[in-house]
Amino acid sequence: MEKELLNEKEIERILTRITHEILEKNKGAENICLIGIVTGGVYISERIKNKIKKIEKIDVPSGSLDISFYRDDINFSRKRKIIKPTNIPFSIDEKKVILVDDVLYTGRSTRAAMDALMDFGRPAEIQLAVLIDRGHRELPIMANYAGKFIPTARNEKIKVYLKEISGKDSVVLITQ
Amino acid sequence: MKDLVGIKELSRQDIEEILNTAKAFKEVLQRDIKKVPTLRGKTAINLFFEPSTRTRTSFELAEKRLSLDVLNFSVSMSSVVKGETLYDTLKTIEAYNVDYIVIRHSSSGSAKFVSEHTPASVINAGDGTNEHPTQALLDAFSILEIKGRLDGLKIAIVGDIIHSRVARSNLYLLSKFDTDIRFVGPPTLLPVQAPDNVRIFYDLKEGIKNADVVMLLRIQLERQKGAFIPSLKEYFHRWGVKKEDFSYIKDDAIIMHPGPMNRGVEISTEVADSSRSIILRQVTNGIATRMAVIYLLTPREA
Amino acid sequence: MIIKIYNAHIIDPFTSKEGIADIILENGIISKVYFKKKISQLKVSKSSSSVIEINAKGLYVFPGLIDMHTHLREPGYEYKETIRTGTLAAVKGGFTSVCCMANTNPVNDNPEVTYYILAKAKEEGSCDVYPIGAITKGLKGEELSEMAMLKEAGCVAFSDDGMPVMNSMIMKRALDYSKSVDAPIISHCEDLALTEDGVMNEGKISFYLGLKGIPKASEEVFVSRDIILSKYSGAPLHIAHVSVKGSVELIKRAKEEGVPVTAETCPHYFTLTEEAIRDYNTNAKVNPPLRTEEDRQAIKEALKEGIIDVIATDHAPHHIDEKKVPFQEALNGISGLETALALSLRLVHDDILSLRELIEKFTVNPAKILKINKSGIKEGASADLIVVDINKAWTVDKDKFASLGKNTPFDGWKLRGKVLLTIKGNKVFDMRKSG
Repeated sequence: MEKELLNEKEIERILTRITHEILEKNKGAENICLIGIVTGGVYISERIKNKIKKIEKIDVPSGSLDISFYRDDINFSRKRKIIKPTNIPFSIDEKKVILVDDVLYTGRSTRAAMDALMDFGRPAEIQLAVLIDRGHRELPIMANYAGKFIPTARNEKIKVYLKEISGKDSVVLITQ
Repeated sequence: MKDLVGIKELSRQDIEEILNTAKAFKEVLQRDIKKVPTLRGKTAINLFFEPSTRTRTSFELAEKRLSLDVLNFSVSMSSVVKGETLYDTLKTIEAYNVDYIVIRHSSSGSAKFVSEHTPASVINAGDGTNEHPTQALLDAFSILEIKGRLDGLKIAIVGDIIHSRVARSNLYLLSKFDTDIRFVGPPTLLPVQAPDNVRIFYDLKEGIKNADVVMLLRIQLERQKGAFIPSLKEYFHRWGVKKEDFSYIKDDAIIMHPGPMNRGVEISTEVADSSRSIILRQVTNGIATRMAVIYLLTPREA
Repeated sequence: MIIKIYNAHIIDPFTSKEGIADIILENGIISKVYFKKKISQLKVSKSSSSVIEINAKGLYVFPGLIDMHTHLREPGYEYKETIRTGTLAAVKGGFTSVCCMANTNPVNDNPEVTYYILAKAKEEGSCDVYPIGAITKGLKGEELSEMAMLKEAGCVAFSDDGMPVMNSMIMKRALDYSKSVDAPIISHCEDLALTEDGVMNEGKISFYLGLKGIPKASEEVFVSRDIILSKYSGAPLHIAHVSVKGSVELIKRAKEEGVPVTAETCPHYFTLTEEAIRDYNTNAKVNPPLRTEEDRQAIKEALKEGIIDVIATDHAPHHIDEKKVPFQEALNGISGLETALALSLRLVHDDILSLRELIEKFTVNPAKILKINKSGIKEGASADLIVVDINKAWTVDKDKFASLGKNTPFDGWKLRGKVLLTIKGNKVFDMRKSG
């Protein structure tokens, strides 16, 4: 059973707000870069990048990061996702990296992403921006920028549909 | 999937998954820190009953880049010389609790034999004259990088086909795609009964006509002693690929060789050093491909 | 001990008698064979220690089968099989006479080894054992063995089986010399130069598996050679384990020309093909190797037309460690005594041979070639017969084999046709209860 929690307009407003929060906290767009976690985070990251361009007229460097090789659940034969290439065509040394993901849940993906980033270089700071925070953290991780906090039960699932992939923007709650 | 024993057992989909994963690993290899922690704490053993520096090094690097602990076991230091059976060697190794076994052995079917007697994931690094699956995979990856596809290609495999596990694995892999495969060589080195989807040519120029890919196989000196060919000189004269043969293949055709090459036997020096040859690229791709294979296999719970 | 068998359908190629009969055996001798027109309805009394009564209605009685080609492995390879276990396997399979090949250790190329084998057989064996002596000393193919002395010691034929006699001049001399000894030469036809280090039939599957192939020519070249040598010599030649269509054609032509050649094949050659090896099954590794479907059909035709005279098992037991290795390292051989009859009965069930024709291939034909005297099922003769239910279904279970050799590609097969009793002299082997 699917229940829509956020529609296209609401998502749009949230992303605009997040963009402003990022700019406010970092006092502008210099020295920041956006790295989206494959797959959902990548498109959200691109949208934030475009918004920043409109507001500050600055092209923030952006890249995508696949965390498959840093996951801690390799032994638990989960359905293997198709690996999309990691593409970070700039140095992250001394930069403020804003990791972008669609849903923050246990925190393990973020942990994996941070480990991966450490192998790429030495960022000055890592901040985390997510569209949805659904609670149930298993590691001491928090989002600097969260679009919406949605309390969920463990047997529920949050699915984020994005126009770039599924043709529509929508966040739904799925109950088994 | 627990083991990679041969291309025979893989579906087209399996192959595509491996090649896709190899692409991701190739990117990792271009980073400053060429390592990912994904298989940290797992152990791999390279069980090489036949000497091989290249393949073993390639596997060893692939394992280390995946953060595996690596053991090397080569025949000179083994008790096989003392008459221990493969089965007993295997059981001893199992006592070390390894997760992955990479095996190269002179008996066809030995990788399958080992995979049936151990819960570890077994990767065939060459079993007799049967298969060398990671070679075919890295070959396919290399072709894919340059040509963008496997379907629709014309591929000529030239040389000592009957003794070549590389030829067989490549045959099985390319047969799962929509390809036109030719075997070219002297009748004594070609199969008595060719597989249905392969055309046989004794004449090099006929065999490589319009090919997109020419794969060359190594000719060993033993073949002259076994009366398969009269001499390496005659072999080069009739089947060695030389510059003048470029006019028969497509303008953008590539030349491949699993290595090590015999210059002046299967391939002339100009061809080996020409821009058409992707031989060194094959070596580079070997590591990423092997990382992908090891990453995708799952050992059974013991 | 008195054994009474009622209503059995006897097929006895030795006496040429066939029909429903009652048979009474007393202390190992056939005291009465009573053919009758009608089956008698009777109640069989419970067996006691001195009397066994069997209602054999629907069952067949044949003379004990003769296996012309067995490897008993003793002396020298007792870890694979012994005379005791091998002959036990034989009687379980319905064989009361086996001819054991000379490739023991030491080779049976001198009378002392022959005496040893016969003594062991008398002491521990369950059936008659007729040793086959070597053609050449040590099976080396260089010097003739002492054929006359071997014959006097008890050998019935000569063979270097396991090996061919590579040197044509030696083979010619062997054939010529054998005429004075009055015992046939049995030839293992294989050109070792063409075989090289091949491990299975050369063809599509050998390529697919990356295994070195043995060309069919290897067998045919030597079948041809030996037939020609037999022709010029006039010496009887028996060709062992025919596996290839080409060999069949050569033997057919030779017989038409009057060459004194006979031939045998084994159940695996008319039951299986090289397909049985597809997953590197070492239990299907045998020499000559399993061939193609075309050859399998030709072998069946040849049996039907009488071109192949004998079905023999080539029973070749090996230790489990010798088969639990990569394919090309495995030893060649199938442990066949306990499955031979059931596999051969398929030829009858499939209407290739009549039951009588099949039994001839296991009885009169080998007896004639080896000049072994068997009386058959006749009053006054020593008991030498088997009771068979040709329709009984059973599943092959190698772990239940009496043979030490568990190397069979037929493990788990559901077969039809089982030997219920084997009676040799006053030894009774009752397989009715066992699986």
